[in-house]
Amino acid sequence: MKAQIRLRNTLLTLVTYLIAAAFLFPLVWMFMAAFKTEAQAFATPPVFIFTPTLENFEKAMGSYFPALRNSLIAAVGSTVLAFILGLPAAFALAVYPTRRAQNVLTWMLSTKFMPAVGVIVPLFLIYRNLDLLDTLPGLILMYTTMNLPLVVWMMHSYMTEIPYAIYEAAKVDGATVAQEFFGIALPLSTPGMAATALLCLIFAWNEVFFALNLTSSDAAPLSVFIGEFKTSQGLFWAQLSAAATLVVLPVLIFGWIAQRQLVRGLSFGAVK
Amino acid sequence: MTAAATPHAPAAHRRGFRLTPAALIWPALLYLILTTQVPFFMTVYYSFFRYNLAIPGARPFIGLDNYKNLLTDPQNLTILWNTVVLAGGTLILTLIIGAALALLLNRDFPGRALLRTLLISSFLVMPVVTAVVWKNMLLNPAFGFFSWVLTSLGLPTVDFLAQHPMASVIAMIAWEWTPFAMLILLTGLQSLPDDQIEAARLDGASPWQEFRFVVLPHWTQAIQVVVLMETIALLQVYGEIYGSTSGGPGLATTNLPYFIYQKAFAEYNIGLASAAGVITVVLTNVLAAYMLRLLTRTSRSE
Repeated sequence: MKAQIRLRNTLLTLVTYLIAAAFLFPLVWMFMAAFKTEAQAFATPPVFIFTPTLENFEKAMGSYFPALRNSLIAAVGSTVLAFILGLPAAFALAVYPTRRAQNVLTWMLSTKFMPAVGVIVPLFLIYRNLDLLDTLPGLILMYTTMNLPLVVWMMHSYMTEIPYAIYEAAKVDGATVAQEFFGIALPLSTPGMAATALLCLIFAWNEVFFALNLTSSDAAPLSVFIGEFKTSQGLFWAQLSAAATLVVLPVLIFGWIAQRQLVRGLSFGAVK
Repeated sequence: MTAAATPHAPAAHRRGFRLTPAALIWPALLYLILTTQVPFFMTVYYSFFRYNLAIPGARPFIGLDNYKNLLTDPQNLTILWNTVVLAGGTLILTLIIGAALALLLNRDFPGRALLRTLLISSFLVMPVVTAVVWKNMLLNPAFGFFSWVLTSLGLPTVDFLAQHPMASVIAMIAWEWTPFAMLILLTGLQSLPDDQIEAARLDGASPWQEFRFVVLPHWTQAIQVVVLMETIALLQVYGEIYGSTSGGPGLATTNLPYFIYQKAFAEYNIGLASAAGVITVVLTNVLAAYMLRLLTRTSRSE
């Protein structure tokens, strides 16, 4: 009986590892191709053992840097702007929780569910009139819209976890709202801020729709850059893999670090 | 919510400029209104006009004709159907595989934490990267990895994206979204107290009964979250289609977002694209309303 259970457990573990291997395969295959020569990347039967080369990374780098710079500026810029706008709101909603505040919070969250296709046409026309098309400020503005509800909602949930007695003590000492905000709320929710920032960076980095429709060349981020590989350049598998590796790796590392907060952010705290 | 229990009276006696809660909330609120509500109402407005950027000057009001056109043209019905099949098919696949993985990972075994971490990877990959890599390196009929697997098994090669475009796209997007289902469902499982399982076992419940009467009821919330969040997100799939099939062959993989992109940015048909945008928003909002109710229920019960 005991041996049977142990056998069953070992088998289940084996199955888990097999499914995991299958799921990781496309990524592993991509990482491997990044270090192959083009001929090796294309070879049938596929080459599993080879001498790695960095040649593809050197080739990909040339065109990669402008897009990388744009992605970095758009992701960091929108995260900072979303924090500047969202932190005070999250603080006010957490510390002065009226019924109206609840409604505001719910409404802000609802904007997160607004499909981009419902707003893209007028935005495109407005951007064209304001000369914001294919500019980084234009992209940052949209990514801020995308991340702001997340910042408010997540930071609100972190800030409500701060014991109210701390605020009360500060009030007795005559603290102003600004002092409560900068002196208590912000320092005590730093871990939450870090997690929220990571999520914002991941979402902005991976965004495709606004990037493709609001930028073309000057402000094109990595998603647009990689999209170009779908046609003729897709024939260069090794180079494509190297570029894709460079695009994916930072997000993978961020995501692995923030995996616990990922659940909270993605389900808006409905599952903890 | 601890703070809710302690109502707070703002101190009115302070002198000089005072930050009020409203002043702290308005910037964010205003920003979201300007960037989401205003453009959406413009979209609604445009949807009542025959408005084509390629034909400047003329912009006649045509009432609901754009909607009528969208909902009666059999071609457009295909697109609506594609949108539903894509979202539904992907959702079912991710739920089944995600639940299986969650149950497998909810046991104690060596390397479990590492596996859990690695398994979320495909969710973090940029959608366009997924599409381009799958299209070229995995699904390619001549050199792709899957072709090689089929040939070595003695089976004929398949041009996946040409012969089974929708199934291929669903498989690809399910690969991306399974980690999401797995993460949420696993977290849901882990919040189930051990003593409940033990109590059920002591009462002599079979593994099936244990799953059916203890695990499943507790799991409902997590499953609801997966279904709603994924449906909302999957109705908006765009990058994966753009990077792999470009909506083809023909209309086989064109969903609403891709259709809107084509109408607006290739054909400059602003009126029709706007009407399709409004339909997508309405469709999404029905689901979002349920999601929001679920969320408010959660935050109240805290």
